[in-house]
Amino acid sequence: MIDTLILTLDATMRVSTPLIFAALAGMFSERSGVVDISLEGKMLAAAFTAAAVAYLTNSAWLGLSAAIMVSVCLAMLHGVACVTFRGNQVVSGVAINILAAGLTMTLGLSWFKQGGQTPQLTDAARFSTIEFPGAEMMREVPVIGGIYSEMLSGHNIFVYLAFLAVPFTWWLLFRTRFGLRLRAVGENPKAVDTAGISVHRMRFAALLCAGILCGFAGAYISSAQNAQFVRDMTAGQGFIALAALIFGKWRPLPVLGACLLFGFLDAVAVRLQGVEIPGLGKAPIQLIEALPYILTVVLLAGFFGKAVAPKAIGLPYVKER
Amino acid sequence: MKGLDRNLPTWVNVGLLPLLNVVTALLVSAVVFWLIDVNPLEAAEILLYGAFGYQEGIGFTLYYTTNFIFTGLAVAIAFHVGLFNIGGEGQAYIGGLGVGLLCLALDASVPGPVLLLLSALSAALFGAAWAFIPGWLQAYRGSHIVITTIMFNFLASSLMVYLMVNVLREPGQMAPQSRALAETAWLPYIHDLFAAIGVEFERSPLNISLFLALLCAFGAWVFVWKTKWGYEIRTVGSNQQAAVYAGIKPARVMLLAMAISGALAGFVGVNEINGVQHRLLLDFHYGYGFAGIAVALMGRNHPIGIVLAALLFGALYQGGAELAFEMSNVNRDIVVVMQGLVILFCGALEFLYKPLIANMFKEKTA
Repeated sequence: MIDTLILTLDATMRVSTPLIFAALAGMFSERSGVVDISLEGKMLAAAFTAAAVAYLTNSAWLGLSAAIMVSVCLAMLHGVACVTFRGNQVVSGVAINILAAGLTMTLGLSWFKQGGQTPQLTDAARFSTIEFPGAEMMREVPVIGGIYSEMLSGHNIFVYLAFLAVPFTWWLLFRTRFGLRLRAVGENPKAVDTAGISVHRMRFAALLCAGILCGFAGAYISSAQNAQFVRDMTAGQGFIALAALIFGKWRPLPVLGACLLFGFLDAVAVRLQGVEIPGLGKAPIQLIEALPYILTVVLLAGFFGKAVAPKAIGLPYVKER
Repeated sequence: MKGLDRNLPTWVNVGLLPLLNVVTALLVSAVVFWLIDVNPLEAAEILLYGAFGYQEGIGFTLYYTTNFIFTGLAVAIAFHVGLFNIGGEGQAYIGGLGVGLLCLALDASVPGPVLLLLSALSAALFGAAWAFIPGWLQAYRGSHIVITTIMFNFLASSLMVYLMVNVLREPGQMAPQSRALAETAWLPYIHDLFAAIGVEFERSPLNISLFLALLCAFGAWVFVWKTKWGYEIRTVGSNQQAAVYAGIKPARVMLLAMAISGALAGFVGVNEINGVQHRLLLDFHYGYGFAGIAVALMGRNHPIGIVLAALLFGALYQGGAELAFEMSNVNRDIVVVMQGLVILFCGALEFLYKPLIANMFKEKTA
């Protein structure tokens, strides 16, 4: 029983990693007042780029760099559309999602001729796992040994980075001048403008952060968690991350909690595949998988707690003359 | 961007700017074709031939057009009340479920015309219900419609997988699909209608739900511009505060608009299940809901514009299939790219050329 739990938690950490990166990305963007439903598209494009470049250069790190660049480009496109030209932020996000889905498949098929997939990555082109010191020795110790060697040790660098990114984001957003300004731009842009700070520049800076984080999320999915890019690889994880962002009420620690909860649900769903539960019959996997969406809808409806979005979210800033 | 605030003549706003945006979307598409080593002009030729060059192609084009009219109108009706319904995907899916459940229950006992009428009603009802909940949550609980409709797309998808795998699957079948519906639940094909009057037309999935779509477009025009409800919808959409002073209850108007929006999206189920698939199965709705956004944006939320934009998208879909068939290094996803570009340039970047044009006007008048 304990072993099963440890294995499930181990899987939870792996599954939560892209959610954490993407949800933090969303936090930067939405805290600055820009709706970001294009997390999915940025992740997908980054996943494709990471796999393609890592395959061509045989270097996981070059793949990651390229993934970040592509994701940042999409974030800047979002910025040009909805900050510079005051376009509808939701429309822009939808466009980026659709564009990423189409482009990854079109370019993938034409470049690699494998039906839109990228070729399998060799170990050198992937991110390998990191074993903690003494993990092998600890394995035999009951419970603690399992937690240390199975759950905490043996992930790749992204997993640890994701968990470090949460306190870092908290510090950046809530303890620095940059963070104060970024949050102010999302709550009351006029006040920020009055203080002589460019609203547009702050929003672009926030989108830059979002782009970088989505790059990490995408590269993790295709070149660390898996060893190639396949069609629609992100499979809605960008939207789950968005749900986690809302569920965590746009705050770093609760968002981490939401990501872990959603990741845990996913890990449980995989584990329960085809398992008979006494008295209930087969577990309805679809229900467990749908729980993040249901929880988010219920939360948004204010049935427990209240998620209050940044006040200026979705509104393009118009300087008055 | 200075020029963004300047007022421009109407013909520039509704004519020139949209035209420039569409042209830009097409030019960038051409760049993508060039990136994958396809001559854009050659591709355009194949696309056009595939969509309009022969009878079967035309049939397919109009069959896709039918779905796009439904989802395009759905997005537009919600737009008029100021809501952005990106749940067309889920509403179309659940609309199909409505058709499937009704026909599976009644196709043995109810005569054809009645059954078809009932299944259209069922599609509308199920689609409307699926849109009503996010609408209600927005109107009365303040939860944002965009987020809830995204969530409802996923919920629709999970629900359908559950039902198809565990409840509705034909016994003894591996594939998650229901039994075939009795022929009384099939909509007449256009080629059969033509054959009945002695005209030969190649077989295609095109069926009479195209007429339902055109009827809906006309109905939407009457509803939005000629009725009291439509007036209220447009009033709430343009100024909610003013609507309240005029004695309109915005929450109720929003619910009405969302329900109609969902019902329209639900009709995709009629075209797909009654018209073509003749059984309930997974993912028959795929992509139509999102394409509806592009259709509504291109069509400027007006039924005539939407029918034309739907025809363009129908042609793109069918032409894209032809392109994928003709060229080994192209797949149908190139159409998804073009769709994304249309949404980007006609929707998100709709003011892209405004500063430039505004400058030109300034110089002329100065």
